[in-house]
Amino acid sequence: MGELDALYEEIILDHYRSPRNRAPGLSGEDAQVHHSNPLCGDELDVRIRIRDGVLDGLAYDGDGCSISLASASAMSVAVLGRPVEDVLGLVEEFRLMMHGEQPGRADDLGDSMVFEGVARFPVRVKCALLGWMALRDAIDTFRRGDDANDVTHEDQHE
Amino acid sequence: MPIDVAAIRTEFPTLAREVRGERLVYLDSAATSQTPEAVLAAMERYYRTSRSNVHRGVYLLAEEATDAYEGARTALARLVGADPRGVVFTKNATEACNLIAYGYVRRTLGPGDALLCTVMEHHANMVPFVHAANDRGFEVRYVPVTEDGHLDLAEAARLVADGRVRFAAFTHVSNTLGTINDVPGLAALVRDANPDAVVHVDGTQAVPHLPVDVAALGVDSYALTGHKMFGPTGIGALVADPALLERMEPMLTGGEMIRDVTLTGATWNDVPHRFEAGTPMIAEAAGLTAAVAFLEELGPDAVRAHEVELGATFLAALADADGITVHGPTTMAERGAAISFSVDGVHPHDVGAMLDARGVCVRVGHHCCKPLMRELGINATVRASLHVYNDADDLEPLLDGLAAARAMFAVGRSA
Repeated sequence: MGELDALYEEIILDHYRSPRNRAPGLSGEDAQVHHSNPLCGDELDVRIRIRDGVLDGLAYDGDGCSISLASASAMSVAVLGRPVEDVLGLVEEFRLMMHGEQPGRADDLGDSMVFEGVARFPVRVKCALLGWMALRDAIDTFRRGDDANDVTHEDQHE
Repeated sequence: MPIDVAAIRTEFPTLAREVRGERLVYLDSAATSQTPEAVLAAMERYYRTSRSNVHRGVYLLAEEATDAYEGARTALARLVGADPRGVVFTKNATEACNLIAYGYVRRTLGPGDALLCTVMEHHANMVPFVHAANDRGFEVRYVPVTEDGHLDLAEAARLVADGRVRFAAFTHVSNTLGTINDVPGLAALVRDANPDAVVHVDGTQAVPHLPVDVAALGVDSYALTGHKMFGPTGIGALVADPALLERMEPMLTGGEMIRDVTLTGATWNDVPHRFEAGTPMIAEAAGLTAAVAFLEELGPDAVRAHEVELGATFLAALADADGITVHGPTTMAERGAAISFSVDGVHPHDVGAMLDARGVCVRVGHHCCKPLMRELGINATVRASLHVYNDADDLEPLLDGLAAARAMFAVGRSA
């Protein structure tokens, strides 16, 4: 069971059982995106609110495995209240970590650091990345001047 | 003769290995079966002693290779009660379904025509026809699935009533719900409304587990695959009425499939060779012959009897377990041994990970049945599927993993 402990760290299970910022809606949202992974059937909605260049609101909801939902929960805590550019930097740090690289901003990633072990389970990497890729897309969507986007991940997230 | 699981297991080398320090519990035969020694030996024999190309060879090795390849056609035809001239080798059942979609449906159906399909189909027996419909402008009508996991035949009768259904495609045994469909009943219903309608059946999940006689089923075409019936990957077949094959155009052209070629055209070889362009899968055919012999030796009736008994044990245990919902028919008389279920409060991916840690292999996901998943209102299921090498010893590790998954993920979850 040792292998499994690396995948299901206690912090991950805690975010799964007691999700932070999981809500079906967000008042005054600027953009919402729906991301799905047909391979495993994960579905995730992410809604964001940006005020004066700061990510001041984020809510997510969906149907997915413990890794995808816990990762979205931990992500929400790490990114809320940060300037948008800073958020995008953290997204990139997390993405690199899931591809086996040493992340540069461990303190800022916070609980999201525990997903480092998931990188050893290639089929679950896309689960851990789902929320982060949806967040990056929500910011892109907002910057394009749109308010909604729908993305299906056919393969490994990049 | 009843199935002797302990003896059978010794013929499957993979089953002797350990996974993560645990005994391998292989419950994924609906995805692909394991390979017995006899099949490995047959493929190795071709590569070690008879390696050469088939047809047109004037030397002994080429004769042996041709016999190995054509022998598979005869063996497969015998197993499913078909004419060997109606057996077209493909790389898998998906290609077999595409062959009839490209060779027949696309050239025959057009605006004003309809094709009957069902909501429970594997994508392989749905997408080629939907694709054709979108290109050719005919209509696709779907037989719905009832609450208890059966095709709604009353609704099917309404769907064919106007006589416009010229082709029907449906599965013999559902890869997700396990349902054994009433193939002769649905075929008769389609033909009562239109005597010229062509009936195509996906037999992928039937041939490895049940006695199948395509003549008795009364269908025109039947797709199957070798790798779920103890054979190698890379070989399947479209088993069709030779008269239907005569009316079909090839999907692939080139070597082997021609009678004559000029600079401006070509004439086709006889059926079934017209549909087998290029060097075929010779070693795989040799392996398939051995797989057919393996199945015949066990006896399809004995295989079915074993799965009915073991499936009932699994179904009863899953019904007793906390938080497990089995999808599809509840008695083995109505179903095969692919058992899909949901674990309350736990995503199938997490169930799969917990089972993997115990050496238990199951499939999690949509099982290439997205329309059916939508109908069931879920994204994914866990599927445990049985075969002749499984027995009641495989049940405990499964139940143990399911209980552990419930304890880890479902208990104390607040959202």
